[in-house]
Amino acid sequence: MSIEMMIELKNVHKGFGPKKVLQGIDLAVPKGESLVIIGGSGTGKSVTLKCVLGILQPDQGEILVGGEDVTKFSTGARKRILSKFGMLFQGAALFDSLPVWENVAFGLIQGKGMNKKDAHEIAIEKLRRVGLGADVGNLSPAELSGGMQKRVGLARAIATEPEIIFFDEPTTGLDPIMADVINDLIVECVKDLGATTMTITHDMASARKIADRIAMLYHGKIIWEGTKEEIDQSGNAHVDQFIHGRAQGPIEMELLKL
Amino acid sequence: MRNPLAIIGQVVLASLAEIGSLSRFAGTAISHIVRPPIYWRLILKQMWLIGYNSLPVVGLTALFTGAALAQQIYVGGSRFNAASVVPGVVVIAIVRELGPVLGGLMVAGRVSSAMAAELGTMRVTEQIDALVTLSTDPFKYLIAPRLIAAVITLPLLVLVANIIGVLGGYMIGTGRLGLNEGTYLQVTVDFLERADVISSLVKAAVFGFFIALMGSYHGYHSRGGAQGVGKATTNAVVSAFIAILLANLIITVIVFGGTGA
Ligand SMILES: Nc1ncnc2c1ncn2[C@@H]1O[C@H](COP(=O)(O)OP(=O)(O)OP(=O)(O)O)[C@@H](O)[C@H]1O
Ligand SMILES: [Mg+2]
Repeated sequence: MSIEMMIELKNVHKGFGPKKVLQGIDLAVPKGESLVIIGGSGTGKSVTLKCVLGILQPDQGEILVGGEDVTKFSTGARKRILSKFGMLFQGAALFDSLPVWENVAFGLIQGKGMNKKDAHEIAIEKLRRVGLGADVGNLSPAELSGGMQKRVGLARAIATEPEIIFFDEPTTGLDPIMADVINDLIVECVKDLGATTMTITHDMASARKIADRIAMLYHGKIIWEGTKEEIDQSGNAHVDQFIHGRAQGPIEMELLKL
Repeated sequence: MRNPLAIIGQVVLASLAEIGSLSRFAGTAISHIVRPPIYWRLILKQMWLIGYNSLPVVGLTALFTGAALAQQIYVGGSRFNAASVVPGVVVIAIVRELGPVLGGLMVAGRVSSAMAAELGTMRVTEQIDALVTLSTDPFKYLIAPRLIAAVITLPLLVLVANIIGVLGGYMIGTGRLGLNEGTYLQVTVDFLERADVISSLVKAAVFGFFIALMGSYHGYHSRGGAQGVGKATTNAVVSAFIAILLANLIITVIVFGGTGA
């Protein structure tokens, strides 16, 4: 293979106690591409991203970032590799002890040692990109609506213009128009910054807009992967049921069996 | 029925594991205290939160304790020579034991719980994970400043507590029990030794360390939503109390370890 892979997961397993969540994930994201992960609630999509970030330690398997196996990294090496990452958490995870603008500027000030004045300017610009005015910058995260918090989290994830960005359900809780603005923003990140992204979403319109490739996670494994054009002819009953949001199908059968 | 020995064994093993994990946590935290960068702004903020906000409760505790102590000693000591016994015992008891211990416990009740609740909430809302992804070490950014601030602030608080405690004794002694004002102060100064003051402040610093350590440790490791944070908060206070009382005993034995021989 001549394409340079930015992120590779090889046979990654992760469980919590007796509960097996990931049971052999294989994924590869080429540099500058956008991969969307879909899959039912609780199947381990967020856990997959956290394993790549080193927030969770996989029980087994290899995770390569830029060709280096990050599962064997020391704290120092992890810090170096994390400076390449931006992450939007599913629950936004804003620091509630800091005003909104300092949340967005955090990676610039603490991570890159930028002075506060310049970082403030960039933060306000990033907030504007996610549709929030400068006045929002001085509020505390607790004063924002859920959708606004999500957008601040997004601004924080892209503020340092990282090489790799993870978006965990970026459009959940947003109105359809704002969701499309965010989709455009993510596409821009990939096109303009050349970032490699992994996005988790349940929103198929969003998936079709931002994905180069789509992968479906089911029962701890990637059961289907392909380009967004291929997804309608996947020939996979699980994928079909998921993208059309049907209650009937093989996935329901599994649920009933439990 | 399970074998009682097995149960005891399990409890011992679990406690040892907990102590091991706590020691590792403390070791990591200390290694971050001595390595730059040091977040002065965060340290000052924590000092303010720990110190200034604890002043009223620590002051009142010391005042009432000093006053009650003077009354007790007077009743017990009047058979000998109340005028010299009351000020002497009050100042020794307050400075050596009650100032640091009661001050430490009061601050632990306020501060360990607050730290555990704050860090615990940050843990369960993934703010600590977010910190890591922003290339910031939570030990450096969250825990080291709390430890440094507590170790600096507690001696200052205890110093104030000691003075107010003696003052409480003085007020009861001169106001209610009719002891001579000048003599009271003179005896207080005569009885107090440098070692008393130093040991008092050393105790305070050690207690400060444990207050912040227990608050941070339990908060940092909390899991499972609001309930988990609640549990972390309780555990932080209880373990800080035990650590303070145990450390107090150890320091007292080391510093004033005479056996009368
Ligand atoms: N820290 C943890 N401790 C224990 N179990 C966990 C932990 N994190 C996740 N899990 C479990 O792992 C499973 C997968 O969780 P994950 O958050 O990855 O789901 P998800 O695919 O992102 O779902 P959703 O679409 O609802 O966000 C869940 O069953 C969850 O209970
Ligand atoms: Mg999730």
